[in-house]
Amino acid sequence: MTDTQIAMRDAWGQGLVELGNEYSNMVVLDGDLANSTKADMFQEAHPDRFFEMGIAEQNMLGVAAGLATTGYVPWISTFAAFLAKRALDQIRVVIAQPSLNVKMCGSYSGILTGKTGKTHQAMQDITIFRSMPHVVTITPADAVELRQAMAAMMEDDRPTYLRLTRDPSPVIVGDDYRFEIGKSTLLREGDDIGIVSTGVQTVRALEAADILAESGVKASVLHVPTIKPLDTDAILAVAERTGAIVTAEDHTILGGLGGAVAEVLAENLPTRMRRIGVRDTYGESGANDALLEKYELTPRHIAEAAQELLSLRPAVSR
Amino acid sequence: MSTSTGLRPQVKSIPELEALSRQTRRLIIESIHTAGAGHIGGPLSVTDILVSLYFNELRIDPTEPASEDRDRLILSKGHSSIALYTVLALRGYYPVDELATFDQIDSRLQGHPDLTSLPGLDMSTGSLGQGLSPGSGMALGARLAGKDFHTWVILGDGELQEGQIWEAAFVAARYRLNNLTAIVDYNGLPQFGWPHESGHTRDIPIDDPGGKFRAFGWNVIETDGHDHQALLDAYAEAKAYTDGPTCIVAKTVKGKGVSFMEGDFMWHAQVPTAEDIEKSGLELADPEDVK
Repeated sequence: MTDTQIAMRDAWGQGLVELGNEYSNMVVLDGDLANSTKADMFQEAHPDRFFEMGIAEQNMLGVAAGLATTGYVPWISTFAAFLAKRALDQIRVVIAQPSLNVKMCGSYSGILTGKTGKTHQAMQDITIFRSMPHVVTITPADAVELRQAMAAMMEDDRPTYLRLTRDPSPVIVGDDYRFEIGKSTLLREGDDIGIVSTGVQTVRALEAADILAESGVKASVLHVPTIKPLDTDAILAVAERTGAIVTAEDHTILGGLGGAVAEVLAENLPTRMRRIGVRDTYGESGANDALLEKYELTPRHIAEAAQELLSLRPAVSR
Repeated sequence: MSTSTGLRPQVKSIPELEALSRQTRRLIIESIHTAGAGHIGGPLSVTDILVSLYFNELRIDPTEPASEDRDRLILSKGHSSIALYTVLALRGYYPVDELATFDQIDSRLQGHPDLTSLPGLDMSTGSLGQGLSPGSGMALGARLAGKDFHTWVILGDGELQEGQIWEAAFVAARYRLNNLTAIVDYNGLPQFGWPHESGHTRDIPIDDPGGKFRAFGWNVIETDGHDHQALLDAYAEAKAYTDGPTCIVAKTVKGKGVSFMEGDFMWHAQVPTAEDIEKSGLELADPEDVK
């Protein structure tokens, strides 16, 4: 992890501009939020391929589907909360079912949305998109991984959901990192406990591993940037190695990464586990630190869950 | 996708179009009887619109259904799929015999049009109110690519109750999409809706759709949706309008062509019996077949 903090939305805007230089068939559709999501950078660079769609998400996703049938690759700019819910039936019928190549980018995901409160906090988007056949679901950890994911998305012709966060976060992947759709990456190796994380919560998973190391607990940290298709082999390998798994995500624990990992382990390798994420509740407005503390998403909460698991007798003998 | 040199409209005469409409209606009724399920009133009201488009307007090539330069057609009122399937079969996209598989397991003719299963379709539909948005995207794509194909979207009057229609109407007018035409199959009867004060029928789903599209900035043409010549004239007028999108409000009769189905909302999705087929067959027979 470096001290460099980059906001994902800045990297996304820059990534759009550069991919737009490379791909003349790339277009961007915005739901009147381009100066928040940073899609305005694309408008500046490629005004003829930027389409303001106004505050009308259902129509925007439908227009994107139509454009996709004429050989263009539309990228959607709006907030994750509205994308995943306001336009869900449109996504299902004209994008996911016919498997049209639309890149649905949900900015301001998770609980850290700049003091906007529960209406703008996207807590169920991972659950929703991973349940939809054909839809690739990507949740990068940092700006560097995001840029690589965007390039990979342009090379792929499947409908894709890309989950973005608002605020600056540290860069955690190294210079030699290569993102691949469907592949996870083992950022830390240890035999005592496995932490499986996604999105910016991987930053806090690494900090949790540091906390655990202080008391002599060696943790593996598996970062899972693609929720679908899921890298089940890597998840099973960490479970096999450590015998106990904590998942970490800035999202509800119902059906998100925690749910996906639980499904894989329950069917293949029953393993003691805890899910750290938003419980069965909605959020509220507040400063980032206060939200992380109240909704039990800090590195300390992840580390405490790991310690609790380690204090239990093995639930399943190996 | 590929480009095709065979893109051209068929140019059928008015009597030929009328005969094709009768044939289409007979096949619709037989197909719903065979399937034992399906909508019937709406397919019969939209028949003349589809026949006139496919046999006198659309630049398409059934041998190259994915040609980039083809005109596009979206049947937004996807529950009238059997009418579209019948017209596509008659136009040569697949054998007419395949209509007997409608709604059956593994059939390409799904209950609602499925882009992934059948050649000749331009968008999946079925969840109402959605078709005008992809149609706008196709029109934008054509403009961006410098292509001259036209996009047609057929809307039901009932689905005009969906908010997304008006989102699309606003944006299509904002972009002045003069290569986009919406056609409202204005048959005036919903599936259930609000009861009419007479107690015998239902209120029309939406008043004055033309006025509403006009308020959103569209060019509006009102016409008889069962008069082939009037429809062809409306298509020509819509394509000649350059300042923005056009909406053709085509006044139709639900269940058109069969006297005991016409205007009866109970025939929205009722399955015709063998006796119904015989009676309707006499009404829909070609004049030379009638003694």
